Amino acid sequence: MIKSIKTWILVGFASLLLVACGQGGGGGSKKSKTLDDTKKAGFVKCGVSQGLAGFSNADESGNWSGIDVDVCRAVAAAVLEDAEKVKYFPLSAKERFEALKAKQVDVLARNTTWTLTRDAELGLTFVGVNFYDGQGFMVPKASGMKSTDDFRAGMSVCTNIGTTTELNLADFMARKGLEYKLVGFEKADEARDTYGAGRCDAYTTDKSGLAAQRTVLPNPDAHIVLPETISKEPLGPVVRQGDPIWEDIVRWSLNVMIEAEEYGINSGNADSLKSSDNPAHKKILGVEDDMGIKLGLDNDWGYRIITQVGNYGEVYKKHLQDSGILPGNRGANELWTNGGIIYVPPLR
Amino acid sequence: MNNKNKKYLLQSALILSIVSLFIFFATNAQINMSNRGLQFGFGFLNREASFDIQFTLIEYSRSSTYLRAYLVGLLNTILVAFFGIIFATILGVIVGIARLSKNYLINNLASAYVEFFRNLPLLLQLFFWYYAALRVLPLPQDAGEFFFSSYLTIKALYLPALRWENFYVFLTLFIISIFLIIVTKFYTKKIQEKDGTQFPIFLISVAILLILPSLSLIFGFSSFSIEKPELLKLSETTYTFEGGLEIPPEFIALLFALSLYTATFIAECVRAGIEAIGKGQKEAAASLGLNPNLVLKLIVMPQALRVIIPPTTNQYLNLTKNSSLASAIAYPDLALVFAGTALMQTGKAIEIVSMVMFTYLLLSILTSVLMNWYNKKQQITEK
Repeated sequence: MIKSIKTWILVGFASLLLVACGQGGGGGSKKSKTLDDTKKAGFVKCGVSQGLAGFSNADESGNWSGIDVDVCRAVAAAVLEDAEKVKYFPLSAKERFEALKAKQVDVLARNTTWTLTRDAELGLTFVGVNFYDGQGFMVPKASGMKSTDDFRAGMSVCTNIGTTTELNLADFMARKGLEYKLVGFEKADEARDTYGAGRCDAYTTDKSGLAAQRTVLPNPDAHIVLPETISKEPLGPVVRQGDPIWEDIVRWSLNVMIEAEEYGINSGNADSLKSSDNPAHKKILGVEDDMGIKLGLDNDWGYRIITQVGNYGEVYKKHLQDSGILPGNRGANELWTNGGIIYVPPLR
Repeated sequence: MNNKNKKYLLQSALILSIVSLFIFFATNAQINMSNRGLQFGFGFLNREASFDIQFTLIEYSRSSTYLRAYLVGLLNTILVAFFGIIFATILGVIVGIARLSKNYLINNLASAYVEFFRNLPLLLQLFFWYYAALRVLPLPQDAGEFFFSSYLTIKALYLPALRWENFYVFLTLFIISIFLIIVTKFYTKKIQEKDGTQFPIFLISVAILLILPSLSLIFGFSSFSIEKPELLKLSETTYTFEGGLEIPPEFIALLFALSLYTATFIAECVRAGIEAIGKGQKEAAASLGLNPNLVLKLIVMPQALRVIIPPTTNQYLNLTKNSSLASAIAYPDLALVFAGTALMQTGKAIEIVSMVMFTYLLLSILTSVLMNWYNKKQQITEK
């Protein structure tokens, strides 16, 4: 009889779970469950790439850096008052959305392209753009290929699967009427190494990615990036749908970095500008008005982000220009006031 | 409560808890999906896939549907599993017998092979074959012809292909000759049972198989031409081969890794099966005047097979499931194409993962059913 009692207890337990799950799921409408959970855990759960120099990359001792990493650090500075309170989860292109949906991560800052399908169908929300990218091709310099017009039918192209890259490539080759072989990998370094070994005649991904991967190839100067850009790739952080307060926090943590650059606030002068007469400075640094309170944070959130992480321009310069990945001018990623398209809604 | 009722109660309780657990997971998934505005459904299968696949057995383009992409992946999985099973079996049987050899060198070589390959993780071996072994192959323009217009390059193994005219005539004759062989086997066996006359049945079979189909070629009902791969210049420094048959290195690496790994386990099954046969059986057979080959063929193997088949079935199933490691090296199998690319492009995780799971389950069950049928045939029929 003991056995059957055990079994009944099990059944009872199962039905309890059933009832419990009926009540669970989804956050309340007034409070942010993600924000509460993050505060309780004491760190921001941040989904990053498995290694893309300049965007999210870990050094030998496991310290992450890059412009995507700095989005998570900004959120941590805003929410937990310390930019270092971030736990990083390296995700493949395949895992990233599932990891976000399954609450393994709360911010996905992983060079992810904003598209309608992803926004509408995956139960996710893109909160902004932290890098305007476009897809390009890298080929061996000695091949003499100067543009995609030199592509011939029968060529092999290495790339990553499960990305917009793969779809753009298919569209592009169909438009050109070229038969080609797609060699698709889950990890970027596998695709790059396979191209480097000569298995593929070209390697395609976002141009920033090409620039980063080129520096890692055995002989970077033996490869060139072709001039054409075959797609629009606005890359930005993503959050789960259904927690609008958390969504706003991540969105404005990114926006305040850009706004700070526009108004000339950086990590060096933030302290002195606290006493500035400019209302824009006061709002960003939390001296005037209640911007932080409106987001469900405290008013020092912007000040902390700028002093601990830096403004957008500083972050861009540190990770992309000074590191030699994209040493030239910022192009589209220059502020709108300087001829680029980086433009955020006003912080007021 | 008597024993019988107790049993029923226990079992129904178990079933109930399993069902409620299943309902729990299903409801949980449903609630979470509806919270995020996700729809459950298989409608996406008719949508345009809009991605390309490098290696397909059936016609496929970016405008094909997701269902078609699923079939492409499935066929690629079956292809590598099928050839993997054949190679692993051949190698496994040879190595298994070699391990029992009295020759010191053969015996120890076989043991070394088994111990080495079965004790390394399969994924590691796969990486070795793909990222190390096949990477040292030459570029197409540097590759030498190694066997009748075949070229082994880093891009692919290029083989000459046969281009057939009226292939169906040849195929029909081929099928007829197989049928003839079965009939001949049946009758020669009957005659042998009646008066003991022995026929060289193997030679007869080979002769039928060679002569009959080639008649269609001799009389010109069907014909073939050989298409050789030709070097094609893509740019100043990059080349490829055009025409012929192209076998991508991803397939070769996967096939190598799977066959070499699984063959070690099959070899052990074969060795166990042969060693399970009592010494007395062999001695009795020898004392009847059968030569060693016939002892192996007529006495040892039929009995050993009973021991060999069930564990070997397990190895076949393992091989099929292990083929999903393909996604690590860009071979477009079911796991990579469907549970990889298609999943990421549609976001239909639950639908796609369950589809892929059921497909592997079905493949495994089919293999088991086939092997069980063969196993039954090999059992001793007791009179």
